[in-house]
Amino acid sequence: MEEKDKKQESLYVKLIPYFEKYGILLLLVLMILVMHILQPDVFLSWRNVTNVFKQISWQSMLALGVFMVIVTAGIDLSVGSIMMLSLMILAIVAKAGAPWFVVALVPLFAGLLCGLINGLGITLLRMPHPFIMTLGTLYIFRGTGNLISGGTPISGFTDEVRYLGHGRIDLTWLGLEKSQYLPVSLVLIAVVYFVFWIFLNHSRTGKWIYAIGGNPSAARASGINVNKILIIVYSLCGFLSGIGALILAGRTDSGYPNAGLQSELDAIAACIIGGASFFGGRGTVLGVFAGVMIMGILRNGLNLMDVSSFWQQVLIGSIIVLAVYVDVLRRDFGTRK
Amino acid sequence: MTSTNKLLLEAKGITKYFGTITALENVNLKVHEGECLGVVGDNGAGKSTLMKVLSGLYKPSKGALFFEGKEKVLESPKDSQILGLEMVYQDLALAGNLPIGENIFLGREPTKNIGFLKFLDFKKIQEMTNAHLDKLKINVKSADQKVEELSGGQRQAVAIARSTAFNAKVVIMDEPTAALAIKEVGKVLDLINKLKSTGVGVIVISHRMDDIFSVCDRVMALFQGTNFAEAQLDKTSRDEVIGWIMGKK
Repeated sequence: MEEKDKKQESLYVKLIPYFEKYGILLLLVLMILVMHILQPDVFLSWRNVTNVFKQISWQSMLALGVFMVIVTAGIDLSVGSIMMLSLMILAIVAKAGAPWFVVALVPLFAGLLCGLINGLGITLLRMPHPFIMTLGTLYIFRGTGNLISGGTPISGFTDEVRYLGHGRIDLTWLGLEKSQYLPVSLVLIAVVYFVFWIFLNHSRTGKWIYAIGGNPSAARASGINVNKILIIVYSLCGFLSGIGALILAGRTDSGYPNAGLQSELDAIAACIIGGASFFGGRGTVLGVFAGVMIMGILRNGLNLMDVSSFWQQVLIGSIIVLAVYVDVLRRDFGTRK
Repeated sequence: MTSTNKLLLEAKGITKYFGTITALENVNLKVHEGECLGVVGDNGAGKSTLMKVLSGLYKPSKGALFFEGKEKVLESPKDSQILGLEMVYQDLALAGNLPIGENIFLGREPTKNIGFLKFLDFKKIQEMTNAHLDKLKINVKSADQKVEELSGGQRQAVAIARSTAFNAKVVIMDEPTAALAIKEVGKVLDLINKLKSTGVGVIVISHRMDDIFSVCDRVMALFQGTNFAEAQLDKTSRDEVIGWIMGKK
């Protein structure tokens, strides 16, 4: 009987794991090609490509955080609010005249603390679902951000504080022109994504995060402290939102009340487009990156073509549904029921 | 024959209350090296509660556990694992999204240390998995296959492999064949016999008389939370054991 099974496995079936891993990159490449054909002069220009990376820089941090949470079959709706609160705290500390490294570290701690509150709430208060806890903190954190800032923007940061979001790495020594610089935020994305890729795929804790998403009772029976891992995951998600705040501070030079409004939904969308499953245990860091890129390129490309932002909403929504439908089809073929 | 072998696990006078409900009352149980004990009983007879006490998930209200002659208090499933006491759960406690090898070593993965950083040692996981599966003669295409791609019988085999990966002395199996296709039941029962031959003490909870009579050496019946009857397998019959389950002697 096993012989028969082997024969039935056609090339098509063998390709499924590769499709699962790299299919989303294929879509990304396809999009880049289409955009290039539609906007041959502008789209792949140095200026526009760096622009895309600058635009996705802070969203990519939120998406990575939300991705880890989604891998545990959870959800974090509060990342936009965590980022806003961290940004406001940064702005207040900056205005109070604190040295730049304090100003730069404060949002990271604030984000971590907010994430810790989420994690502790979900585990210790035994919330029936992370949705509820983080929906609550979505309001709490944004409200707190408005309370401490009086709901008004606070502007003006030093160059050191703005470095991650606004800094440029000069490439003239490579013979490139002055306008062909490398945004620091691009390097930051690469470093952070690489570190978290290592963490999720090559550390025990990372493996346990996937195991919890796959089957929480199996994780528990294996002696894994599920609550501890969940607290770590939500804290890291908050921490990444704090990095997002620091990048945004650099980009906008301002703490403003509407920062990160609805960006939790963008983050979730990027994860879903990138192949993460709401049921947990599925998805890759590379996929999330592709998801963030796809959304960024779509917005950028449609802006270049002067398509209204209303159409952008419709298109992004359609891509979410389509991406998940492709995933459903893949599952029908890929696994035994 | 088995009574001459070393006594591995003994439960004496186990009583467990949940509020005003008495789930177990004065239950005794023994299992020897290389012996398979079948535990039968109707729903609510206390089988699962007893197994949870043995695995350290529940603390008994009264009574004591002895492991290789020494009294042990189990605070958590981790404690029972350290002693070499493993559970194979009815709902197959495996993470379907992870490969076979990572499931077998889940929670106890070998790591490579670079400075203070610990990285998973995938090569070692694969080597250990292959060696262990070979030892138990479990056939899978590759240790890298995801568990969700396996059949029910293969999953059960992986669950059993998991329970024995760390020199288990006693393995407790809750309905090991309940979720399986008929043709796969035989393979799992073979596996249980293989475990016995390596000196592992096995406790099988099952409703299926076929299972009990093909792998067990001794059978005991629980009825309403108490020891009801017990016999060497060659001294009893299916009809008698079925009678015990229904509370008839």
